[in-house]
Amino acid sequence: MSNADYIITDELQQAVDAALTLERPLLVKGEPGTGKTQLAIEIAQRIDAPLFQWHVKSTTRANQGLYEYDAVSRLRDSQLGDERVKDISNYILHGVLWDAFTSDQRAVVLIDEIDKADIEFPNDLLQELDRMSFNVYETRETITAKQRPLVIITSNNEKELPDAFLRRCFFHYIEFPDKPTMEKIVAAHYPSIKQDLLKSAMDVFFDLREVPGLKKKPSTSELLDWLKLLIADDLPSEALGSDELRTVLPQMHGALLKNEQDVHLFERLIFLHKQRNR
Amino acid sequence: MLLDFFSHLRKARLPVSTTEYLNLLEGLSKNVGVLDLNRFYLFARLCLIKDESLYDRFDQVFQSYWAGREAAFDLNLDAIPDDWLKLSDKDALTEEQKAMVEAMGGWDKLMETLAKRLEEQTEEHHGGSKWIGTRGTSPFGHGGFNPEGVRIGGKGGQGRAVKVWEQRRYKDLDGTRELGTRDFKVALRSLRRLTREGRPDKLDLNGTIRATAQNAGLLDIKMRAERRNAVNVLLLLDVGGSMDYHTALCEQLFSAARSEFKHLEYFYFHNFTYEKVWKHNNRRHNDTVSVPELIRTYGKKYRLILVGDATMSPYEVLAEGGSVEHWNQEPGAVWIQRLQQHFSHCVWLNPEKSDYWQTTPSIRIIKELMHDRMFTLSVNGIQDAIEALKTPIPPNPVTNEP
Repeated sequence: MSNADYIITDELQQAVDAALTLERPLLVKGEPGTGKTQLAIEIAQRIDAPLFQWHVKSTTRANQGLYEYDAVSRLRDSQLGDERVKDISNYILHGVLWDAFTSDQRAVVLIDEIDKADIEFPNDLLQELDRMSFNVYETRETITAKQRPLVIITSNNEKELPDAFLRRCFFHYIEFPDKPTMEKIVAAHYPSIKQDLLKSAMDVFFDLREVPGLKKKPSTSELLDWLKLLIADDLPSEALGSDELRTVLPQMHGALLKNEQDVHLFERLIFLHKQRNR
Repeated sequence: MLLDFFSHLRKARLPVSTTEYLNLLEGLSKNVGVLDLNRFYLFARLCLIKDESLYDRFDQVFQSYWAGREAAFDLNLDAIPDDWLKLSDKDALTEEQKAMVEAMGGWDKLMETLAKRLEEQTEEHHGGSKWIGTRGTSPFGHGGFNPEGVRIGGKGGQGRAVKVWEQRRYKDLDGTRELGTRDFKVALRSLRRLTREGRPDKLDLNGTIRATAQNAGLLDIKMRAERRNAVNVLLLLDVGGSMDYHTALCEQLFSAARSEFKHLEYFYFHNFTYEKVWKHNNRRHNDTVSVPELIRTYGKKYRLILVGDATMSPYEVLAEGGSVEHWNQEPGAVWIQRLQQHFSHCVWLNPEKSDYWQTTPSIRIIKELMHDRMFTLSVNGIQDAIEALKTPIPPNPVTNEP
């Protein structure tokens, strides 16, 4: 995604400004597909800073972000009489935070989906994020950030985060874009889309999100995929609002709806749409 | 003035801490979130509120506090820090506010920090250079302010832009998430018994070193199994009737326990344990498991946790045929003793407040039957219960075989 594609709301912008000025980690939550991960990439581009990404998995431990001591390699090398064995620092593997702290330029660190990890994971990072320094036990070094990096943390609400951790962060909840913002986002991606096609598509999309009982609401990225298909097929602008509706849309809905029951609901919605437009 | 706002938030039971309040002050002293009330709103929310389901409550407090005070906000802009940080007369505080100050770490500590901030403030803004944009760090190209000190957004007071907090946009966010299971999980976690079982797939570093040394330096790699939580839990939950009031709490416990214990078995009962329990509430009448079967199936090492409000007629515990649902041949008390005999590590969690325990006869009886091992279904209660689960109850002289 290039610079111009990412639309940032005023609120989010202020949040980022504050996090930059006060050098505090920014915790970002929001519905899937609202561009949480993209935010860090975008900021790094705009302030021209190196970006360090740490994608957290259920097996990730806090230490891995700092460093790891590769004892097994060292043991093996010792068997082969490798010269490197004498210096333990040859076997210290740097983690994301190490690289970010030692970067000459102010860096942007993305800790993606922190809620995926073990429940104690955020607690294990408290000191490191607060002081922006940590000790390397094996070499008795202390790694301190030359410049405090901007830390962006994303969470999908799968686990609650501990209070002590939250206290140290700024928190921003990215709302699902409203219609005007969404139009801006779409315009940034597909500047040449036909206006009337866009309008009908947006109507369908936002109607769809309103449908009660939808298992998975379609998100921004899904709307964009869907529009891409519509554009690629070069549909006539009336296609979404006319009688063809019922035959055309189901060919494309795979981009929007990822669940059988939802598709069912969708079909009903299209039917209603058709009746209303008669 | 700000402190007053802060106490308003605390009064509304928003979990805001002193640290976060000081963050807010630090930001203001660096000109973040000043200039107009909208910016202040956003910045305050960013600092103080860490959960989107609390956004709506924050909006309401913000609204009730700042309604009619917008003018005061503008007036105070020039006077930051003096007026904002000035505390109202100490003696003029109500008892409640005093208690709050104590809760925030004591008066002196607070004053000290505030004084420090005040100092920094005067150093940074002397002369007419206030409000010169310090926003060069902004990645987004705007947000720089007029260096003459003219505010954006008109004269202030009336006719300003839409107030975000009045729209109450976050109303729907409440209740869409897993509620408060974290504390339960942490409490349950202390029941862990880590053992090494299964496939050896982790390098045993110490073992390898020892073996290699014994092997005169030739590498001899030792592997061992990963440590896993091997504790077995049998959960019996009371459903229906008076338990309906406690459903939410029980669901929390259940979902916390489910994710914490690999070997968790659960069954339901109604009011009290008799000869049968069941696994699916909608098939409870034809798909039951008898308690003797339960005892046969699950080994003695299972930890038994009973969850119920224990509020019923004493007959339901003590008498034959006392059950409200069926004719039970033997009183419930006998059944619970049989369970205890087998699962000697057992506790009862009661969602009812402990104030009522003494006045409800059935709770007193059951507590006695449980050898006092009844605890409230709360974080502290679970902690105590887990502690109790570590020791078995004394053997029971029940000879009444089924």
